[in-house]
Amino acid sequence: MTLLENKSAEIPAPREITTKPRVSDRIFRLIVTSVGALSVTILTLIGLFLASRGFATFKEEGLSFITGFEWQQYTDDAGNRVSNLGIGAMLIGTILISIVALVVAVPLSVFCALYLTFYAPPRIKSALVTVIDLMASFPSILFGMWGYFILMPSAEYWAKLLYKYLGWIPVFDVKAPLFQRSPFIAGLVLATMIIPIVTSVSREVFSQTPLDRIQAAYALGANKWSVIKTVALPFGANGIVGGSMLGLGRALGETVAVYTVLNIVYAPNFQVLFGAGGNVASHIISYWSDATEYETGALLGAGFVLFLMTLIVNFSADFIVNRAVTKGK
Amino acid sequence: MPSKPWQRTPREILPSLAILFLSLILVIGVVEFTGMKGKLAYIGLFIPVGTAAQFFWSLYKYGMKAAKDVIASSIMMTGAIAVFLPVVSILLTTFIKGLPGISISLFTNDMGKASFTDPVGMGGLLHSLVGTLYLILISVLISVPMGLLTALYLTEIRGPGSRFIQFMVQAMSGVPSVVAGLFIFSAVILTTPLDTSGFVASLALSILMIPTVTRASQEVLLLIPNDLREAGLAMGATQWRTVAMIVVPAAKSGLITASILGVARIAGETAPLIFTLGGADKLNPNPVNGLQSALPFYIWTGFRLGTQESVQRSWSAILVLLVVVLTLFTLARVLGSNSKVAK
Repeated sequence: MTLLENKSAEIPAPREITTKPRVSDRIFRLIVTSVGALSVTILTLIGLFLASRGFATFKEEGLSFITGFEWQQYTDDAGNRVSNLGIGAMLIGTILISIVALVVAVPLSVFCALYLTFYAPPRIKSALVTVIDLMASFPSILFGMWGYFILMPSAEYWAKLLYKYLGWIPVFDVKAPLFQRSPFIAGLVLATMIIPIVTSVSREVFSQTPLDRIQAAYALGANKWSVIKTVALPFGANGIVGGSMLGLGRALGETVAVYTVLNIVYAPNFQVLFGAGGNVASHIISYWSDATEYETGALLGAGFVLFLMTLIVNFSADFIVNRAVTKGK
Repeated sequence: MPSKPWQRTPREILPSLAILFLSLILVIGVVEFTGMKGKLAYIGLFIPVGTAAQFFWSLYKYGMKAAKDVIASSIMMTGAIAVFLPVVSILLTTFIKGLPGISISLFTNDMGKASFTDPVGMGGLLHSLVGTLYLILISVLISVPMGLLTALYLTEIRGPGSRFIQFMVQAMSGVPSVVAGLFIFSAVILTTPLDTSGFVASLALSILMIPTVTRASQEVLLLIPNDLREAGLAMGATQWRTVAMIVVPAAKSGLITASILGVARIAGETAPLIFTLGGADKLNPNPVNGLQSALPFYIWTGFRLGTQESVQRSWSAILVLLVVVLTLFTLARVLGSNSKVAK
């Protein structure tokens, strides 16, 4: 009976085939996408807030906020606020320290990365990789204290040697024999901080060197050095540049380690061995606690300049590294 | 016939070891009898002298090409040693300088009744330790979901913007910590009624932690085989259920590692705290109301005061902080290696 009824019943229309996601999926996608856009939002907000707080300073100081070598403000007899705020000297210091850090860190890191990729026995390799990762997770204040109490005595001696033998080069000259707390020593501390970054990026790129090219070189009778020179270095050149720029990004914005080691003096100083200098980040924290409201705005503006600098450096670094890594695949 | 003909035989290794030994003796002699100063002089002199000796030996024995190879390998080795030395020095220093100040009272007292310049036995860092734990807890609560969801967007949804967002996440991981602190200061403390507190400081730390968590989780999620996702979808699961019940559980230990790496990134951050934390001498268990301290802040204060006692306090606090970081790092390593075995 039921059978018959079923037969006479109409055949149900075929279910509509759709690629439209279900409601639960749409909610899921909405949540994940909106959080995914968070990084963009935060970066934009950082730029907006710092720029708007520093806007008053930018307007008043104009271009001399970037190029000015003075940082002073006071109230004159008539009760007007006189201000002359510029971060030029600190920008010079930032670049000087970062250059020292890069000059020391990049060769060492590249050698270390090459050693890890081509020379190290597996056990030493994994141990060293762990050590380098560990180094990357040390707090910056630890680097600062170490630099101040342990590295400084040795580095002061190295600085004196440099001055003695290379003092005729303007960069290594000093105004007065004051070798402690110099940009040179701060640069050395920063170098130890960026070595893990540069090493791990270069190592990653070197490890992607196509195996067939390496084997081809060996088959042609190359020894290890020839393989490195003719295959690995040309292949990894972009990776080294990109890794160094990532390191540079870190070095530009480092605050506490530089503040700890360096003798912060607001004056343009090109002499790396002379014990005075500063960078933008350490300038911000050293003036922070006593800052007036207007000065606080100026310091936030300085933060904005620093943010832009690191952003540009990091963007180009990522661009170069990504190109280097995808080339190998 | 040797089974591995490319390896150097003992007869080839022995002369070069002998040469290294001779140059070591030479270097020790030179350093002892001339006016050179410092322990690093031994290393600084031994490396070039040893390299040169090796160079001439292989030049004499095997020719120019092999000699260049020797120089290159010795330079690479020097690079590795030079990278390794500071780590050893940093670890040793921290333990040697920090241990004398470690006592039980350090962990049970705060600085409410003592000042930094008092003898080291008085007062302690309980308030900072608690503060740091709060900072870590709140930052984890904010950053882990955010970081994980961003990583899911990049690996599971792969929307049209994912390349761009990937780029932005990398740029965000390069934001200097001082800028993160300044941003939270201007966006929260200047704009909203909230004042400096543990919670506000955690917001600043989260900015630094989110990209770390995102990038580490993304790497783990990319390792999950696509077969698993396809199997889930073929069983009729929606994407949401595939992700929640298959992908994320499969990547669990790796995701925990990612969170730990994020915590290790922020545990010792000092610069953002200067703008956002305020700092306190007393234990304050409320992260939303009132001032709190944190280990990096404690170290910072002690260092800036610069007396013998306060610096000793800083070293002890650094040791505590380093132990925290090392523990986290080891945890991340162990869990990370487990997750690779499970694969």
